[in-house]
Amino acid sequence: MGYTLNTAQANQVLAALRKDYTVYAPKRFRNQGRYSATDVIRYDEVERWEDIVWDVKSDYPAKEVLTPIQQAIFYFTEDEYRESKGPKKPILVLARPCDINAQHVQAKIYAGNGGYTDLYYERMRELVKFAMMECNGGDDTCFCVSMGTNKTDDYSLALKFSEDGVQVQVTDDAFAPYFEGQPEADYTPAFVEENELKVTLPDLEDKEVRKALKNHPMWKEYDARCISCGSCTVACSTCTCFTTRDIIYGDNPEVGERRRVTSSCQIAGFDQMAGQREFRSTAGDRMRYKVLHKFHDYKARFEDSHMCVGCGRCTHRCPELISISATLNKVSAAVDEIKAGQAKQ
Amino acid sequence: MMNPVQPKPCTILDVHKESAHEWTFRVETDAKVSHGQFMQLSIPKIGECPISVSAQGDGWLEFTIRNVGKVTNVIFEKTAGDTLFLRGPYGKGWPVDQFQGKHVVVITGGTGLAPVRSMLNCFASQPDMVKSVHLISGFKNEEGIVFHKELEAWKEKFSTIYALDNDTKEGWRTGMVTAFVKEIPWDSFEGNYAVVVVGPPPMMKFTGLELLKNGVDAEKIWMSFERKMSCAVGKCGHCRIDETYVCLDGPVFPYTVARDLVD
Repeated sequence: MGYTLNTAQANQVLAALRKDYTVYAPKRFRNQGRYSATDVIRYDEVERWEDIVWDVKSDYPAKEVLTPIQQAIFYFTEDEYRESKGPKKPILVLARPCDINAQHVQAKIYAGNGGYTDLYYERMRELVKFAMMECNGGDDTCFCVSMGTNKTDDYSLALKFSEDGVQVQVTDDAFAPYFEGQPEADYTPAFVEENELKVTLPDLEDKEVRKALKNHPMWKEYDARCISCGSCTVACSTCTCFTTRDIIYGDNPEVGERRRVTSSCQIAGFDQMAGQREFRSTAGDRMRYKVLHKFHDYKARFEDSHMCVGCGRCTHRCPELISISATLNKVSAAVDEIKAGQAKQ
Repeated sequence: MMNPVQPKPCTILDVHKESAHEWTFRVETDAKVSHGQFMQLSIPKIGECPISVSAQGDGWLEFTIRNVGKVTNVIFEKTAGDTLFLRGPYGKGWPVDQFQGKHVVVITGGTGLAPVRSMLNCFASQPDMVKSVHLISGFKNEEGIVFHKELEAWKEKFSTIYALDNDTKEGWRTGMVTAFVKEIPWDSFEGNYAVVVVGPPPMMKFTGLELLKNGVDAEKIWMSFERKMSCAVGKCGHCRIDETYVCLDGPVFPYTVARDLVD
């Protein structure tokens, strides 16, 4: 079923949906951007249709709804760890195809890896349904088509936003009642078929090539440029890494909570054990570790897609202007050089 | 739904000081553990850390811990009767089934002896399990020696070489463990052997190379890794190396896998 709604009608539907769902979408936060008088666009609960930012890509990914920057996983007293309670109400997340595809990556790690299912991820994922926002092409950092993540069929609703309102396709019957009485009009979502930016993925299948790549001088450039701030992984649609921290409450030091806090392989100390030295002590080492995970290691483990959906947010958020697509081109050049060297031998 | 990171309160039964900085905590638990596996130890308010099981018995496990971090420092303040939170066991331990009927060579550096201790005790109490045990155990200095009683007892059961890196001690050799690899009677094993190596990363790297130099088959060598972990169930990402998660696929790895892992 399809509908065409103006903003007032869209608000009626949103109000009806909000009775049964917590609705999350990209929202603009004024003056909370990186520089003075700039905004940040990130996911938050929406109450008004006009608050949904649809014309530009959000700075931060939809994963923040499912795997928040920090969350309490246990409350503890001296002799007990009590599991935190998750949300009870179903959740509707408005997201572009890249963000929806990213959840399939997160699920492989959180809900499958090693036969362990993470309770905190799973209890959120079970509540979440997606309303796919038809993408208007993203920006000059996007390369979803190169990553094959420009399309998805994992959605209950498809939405095409415009200044006048929204076109809707309902693919999940559970959502039909919310649109009853609204003006019907057929709508089939379109997907981005070409990005301005095209990335050729380096061929990292060969073990000897990877071994040589790990020792390639190309990574040294990042020692000087990358400041190991972790902005790229926080903005990443797929990155899952976290650390657990115990926090005590100020008024009673015997009780507190164990929190899961987003972590980053780009930050100093990520791999450091107590009383020992880091394994990856330079920014270049950490960049190499991240890039190989994204474009080889994840796929090698899960026999799935790569661990990058081409959303370009890492490039967009890097304060040192490091571009993941430019990095991939450098990797490809290094791989060509390594292969040429091997052919000579 | 089962929560794989839920810690359970357990009572400390005994604290034994192996050395100034390495103490063994015996904890009451009915967890069933394979030799070489590890558990997550938790202290509310402080945090969690992965520690390998250094011995096991009916209703208890032992953990040999060095006080070098936030959690372990607080564990050192605990005494018998206090509570320690546990979850686990996790990871893949030593492939003991594959060691049966073979000559087993165990080479350890420092507290690297802890993750093989329960297996060694098992071989000591059931001598028919393996053809022979050759143990090379190295420590930095006399203060670093752990499991004194067992080291003495194993002398009777196994063929042993104990060494200090630079210091001298009566009945002990001086030098790195790598220096003694050539003294193992490899030829007499007729290929029917397995080698276990545990210690600090450089020790394992050079021991691996030394073993190969002595003609040891790479496919018969096993190593145990230690990495930073938050979850121990393949979610937090800290222990990942290439496509391998130390918590899930390790901590014990065949050398053929271990030598190619690049952190």
